Amino acid sequence: MMEQNEVLLEIRHLKKEYNSHTVFRDFSFQVHKGEVVVIIGPSGCGKSTLLRCINGLEPIQGGEILLDGKRVDPRDKSITQVRQKIGMVFQSYDLFPHKTVLENIALAPVIVQKRQKGEVQEEAVRLLERVGLADRKNDFPRQLSGGQKQRVAIVRALCMHPEILLLDEITAALDPEMVREVLDVVLKLAKTGCTMLIVTHEMAFARAIADRILFLDNGEPVEISSDPRQFFEQPQSRRAQLFLQTFTYG
Amino acid sequence: MQSLGIDVLWKGTNFLRLLGGLWVALRISLISVAISILLGLLAGVLMTLKNPVLKAVLRCYLETVRIMPQMVLLFIAYFGTTRVFGWNIPAESAAIFVFSFWGTAEMGDLVRGALISILAIQYESAYSLGMTKAQVYCHVILPQTVRRLIPLSINLITRMVKTTSLVMMIGIVEVLKVAQQIIEANRKASPNAAFGVFATVFLLYFLICWPVGRLAAYLEKRWA
Repeated sequence: MMEQNEVLLEIRHLKKEYNSHTVFRDFSFQVHKGEVVVIIGPSGCGKSTLLRCINGLEPIQGGEILLDGKRVDPRDKSITQVRQKIGMVFQSYDLFPHKTVLENIALAPVIVQKRQKGEVQEEAVRLLERVGLADRKNDFPRQLSGGQKQRVAIVRALCMHPEILLLDEITAALDPEMVREVLDVVLKLAKTGCTMLIVTHEMAFARAIADRILFLDNGEPVEISSDPRQFFEQPQSRRAQLFLQTFTYG
Repeated sequence: MQSLGIDVLWKGTNFLRLLGGLWVALRISLISVAISILLGLLAGVLMTLKNPVLKAVLRCYLETVRIMPQMVLLFIAYFGTTRVFGWNIPAESAAIFVFSFWGTAEMGDLVRGALISILAIQYESAYSLGMTKAQVYCHVILPQTVRRLIPLSINLITRMVKTTSLVMMIGIVEVLKVAQQIIEANRKASPNAAFGVFATVFLLYFLICWPVGRLAAYLEKRWA
């Protein structure tokens, strides 16, 4: 249903290896503007590596990654420009511990994008209000719970006005009771038309939020489904069936 | 109760002489500490590099300095070099050299520890916000390194200040040596001076090291 929109992220013939271990042999994929793609798959299948390659945190050995037609190349100076358009939130520990919530959020917009401090801080507070944390703006990360930290990390990424958001298992390190508050924020974002590429193990969440599901196994796109409900109820591939079974007990 | 022997300090210029000796000790430690911090930062960064030769050389250096008592280093630098190489190094320069040699190694190891204790994710999340390498170091990595480093290096600094009491062994007249001279000179008149004068020396060291230690504790608490 999103196919009419233009392609925002294009991965062509990606090849990625660590020493002798090959993660992606020849991987191609496209993400359209406004689309929410959820990547699932067994651990070690390359989900996180894919996000890291898209953000230029990992050098690639072949193929190319294009965001809005511009190449992502970690060795090129342009990488800092491209990264400003890609927001990324990690599993944990991504906030800067020596800076307050507000400073964490405003740092990059001010020093990287050279925006006015006052204007950035106003926006930061508005964004914090949206995630219910405006009253914590002067706290340090150590004073926040895991779920609150992740919400701040999302706001920090948003304040850069990225064109796409990469979420790398952002609830995996959280206590179960905090998962909900973070996922609710992401769900709200999806409704505003934010383009997202999400790696998660929360299957119910994946089902609720995804426009498309990308099921990865051994670096191969084993199943791509634009009907998440159908994917979770009747996965077409044997490997997806086996993988989804591991999430049900009894 | 017998006299504590503090009265000798008020005879002539004794107390001023003691303070003069303290200044010698302080001068040696301050210069050595300054050199150690600068070279230690460099050594620490070099220790985190992946070059195996460099790593081995620095490792040897650090271990040598740690194993060797400072007094042995002082004797080698002052007496040893004169005999073998015919160098006539002033005692104070030899002392500063030895203390910097020691301080650089220890400081380097502290810097190395502080640097490697910063998680890779801190670099990555900073890079992913579009920062350049210089911005990442300047705004994210170095402020955290310094916060971890300050309490540890203050501990090293107080150790260096205290250890300067050894330099009297190579003939430098610092506070402890002055104290000895005062006691010897007044052996007959104030036999108890050993207590009073050494106690005063203790107090002087305390007055210097204690505030520095408090500062470390304060910073540690603030930046924990």
